[in-house]
Amino acid sequence: MLLNASGCLDALTAPDVARQLDAFVTKTVTPLPRPGNPPVRIAETEAGMLNSIGLANPGRDRFLAETLPALRELGLPLWVSVGGFSAREYAETCERLDEVTIELNLSCPNVDEAPESAGEIVAACRAATGLPLYAKLSPAAWDIAEVARAVEAAGADGLSLVNTMRGLALDERTLWPVLATATGGYSGPALRPIALAAVYACRRATALPIVGMGGVTTGRDALELVAAGASAVALGTVLFSDPDAPGRIRAELETELELLGLDSLAAAEGLAHAGGVGLRSRPVAGPAPM
Amino acid sequence: MQRRQLLEVEATEPVGPYTLLRVERGGLDPGRPGQFFMLSPPGRVLPRPMSLCLAPPGELAFLIDPIGPGTRSLCELEAGDEIAVFGPLGNGFDLRVERPLLVGGGIGIAPLPYLAEALGSPPAVLGFRSEEHAEAAALLPQADVVVDPTLVTDCCLEGFDVLACGPEPMLHAVAALCPGAQLAWEAPMACGYGACYGCAVEIDGEWKRLCVEGPVLAA
Repeated sequence: MLLNASGCLDALTAPDVARQLDAFVTKTVTPLPRPGNPPVRIAETEAGMLNSIGLANPGRDRFLAETLPALRELGLPLWVSVGGFSAREYAETCERLDEVTIELNLSCPNVDEAPESAGEIVAACRAATGLPLYAKLSPAAWDIAEVARAVEAAGADGLSLVNTMRGLALDERTLWPVLATATGGYSGPALRPIALAAVYACRRATALPIVGMGGVTTGRDALELVAAGASAVALGTVLFSDPDAPGRIRAELETELELLGLDSLAAAEGLAHAGGVGLRSRPVAGPAPM
Repeated sequence: MQRRQLLEVEATEPVGPYTLLRVERGGLDPGRPGQFFMLSPPGRVLPRPMSLCLAPPGELAFLIDPIGPGTRSLCELEAGDEIAVFGPLGNGFDLRVERPLLVGGGIGIAPLPYLAEALGSPPAVLGFRSEEHAEAAALLPQADVVVDPTLVTDCCLEGFDVLACGPEPMLHAVAALCPGAQLAWEAPMACGYGACYGCAVEIDGEWKRLCVEGPVLAA
C-alpha cells in the first residue's frame, strides 16, 4: 500500500497524482486556521531538504465544511492528519471526524508541542473516537520504541514512522539561516536510514501495523522499509521532484520483488527480522557487497 | 497539459553572465509566456523553477543565472545530457493587452523573449546591474537598455499595459507607478504544482501558493 506523507501533496490541486496512491493523507488540520510561517520556507541541502511551512491550514471548521467534502469526491480512502497544542485539541478534532483514518501528528518540528506526552494525547483521542488511529512519531526521540509502546498501550491502532527531524541550513554567501524560522524539518534521502532504524525498532517493540516513510525515492527504498517491518509506505519529498513517483515506485517495487523471488509485498514484510531472503531464492549470485 | 519528461540537452550557450539552456521539446507543451517548468539539476534533491525564455520549433530554452548549486548544475549541462523537465506550470501573462510594454530586470528578463514573440515585438525596457549583465539584452533586440544606477522606473512607463518580471524591489516600484501592471514574481519552491506550500505569498490578505495562483499576478 502506497500513501503520501502528510503535507507533501494537495489532492485537490493535483488529483491525478493523488489517484496514483492507495489512500490520500491530508495536510495537518489544527483547531484554528494557521497562515503558516513567513517565507523563506524551503531550503535544499546536499542530501535532503528543510521545510518550515508551520502547519499552514484553514482550521478545523473550514476543513470539515469545505476541504473534506471536496476530498471525498476523489473516491480515495482518506487519512486525516490531526494536529493541536493540547491533548484536548487533538481529541476534539478526532471527535468530529467520520469515515476516515486518523493520523495524529505528534511530532511537527516547526511548531511548539503540546505539553502532554504522546501516550496521553493518544489516550485522549482514543476516548473520543472509534476510528483507526495512527500515531506519527518523531525519529528524534531518544528511544522511539518506548514511545511506540506507550502509544500502543494508550490505544493506537498503528504507527506512522517517521516525521522530519529538525535541521538548519546557512546561506552560501551570507552564512545567515536560509529559512525565516532558522530551523526546519529535514526530509529526503538523508532521512532514510533513520526511518529504517525507527521502523525496525518499533516492529520489534510493538505489534502495531506501521506506515514507513522517510527519504523513499525508489522501489528498492520502499521494499527496505517493508522488510524492516512496515506494511505500507508513504512518499514525501520525492513527490516534490517527481509527481509521477507513485506509479514509478510501484513498478520498481514489482521488479525488486521478482528479482528476490518474492510473490507479494506481504511476503517481504519483516524479512529483516527473519533471516532476510534465503540465498537459494536469489536468481543470480553476484559479488559480495563492499 | 503539464507533463514530466526526460529530455535531451541540445546546447548551452553563454549570454553575458547567464546561460541559455536549450533542450529538445519532446512531448511537452511550451505553454503561455510567463508559465514555468521545473528542471531537475543532476545531483540535486529538488527541481528548480524556470520560466520559458524561448520556444523555437522542437525546442524549449531557459535563461539561467548560476547563483547556487542547482542553477550551477543546470548551467554545466552539455549537449547530449538528459534532464527531467515538468511543465508548463502556473499562470502566464494575460495577452489581451492594447499597448503592451515589457519591463525586465536582470535575470527577470527570462520570460520576456517568448512573451515578445507572442505579442509581436512590443517595446521593452530592460535594466541590468552591469554592462556584462546587459549583454543578455541581445535576446530582446528591440529593447531600450539601462544600467545601474539608472533604473527601469526612470523610463516612462505610464500609458502602457506593463508586463514585468524582475527583482522584488523593481516589481514593487513598477506596481507603484503602474496600477494594473502584470507582474511575474519568484519564490523558492520545492514542487511547482501546489504540493509543498513552500512558495506562499500574501495575496489580498491571504497566504497563497505562488506556483498555483501565480507566478503572474496583477499589481
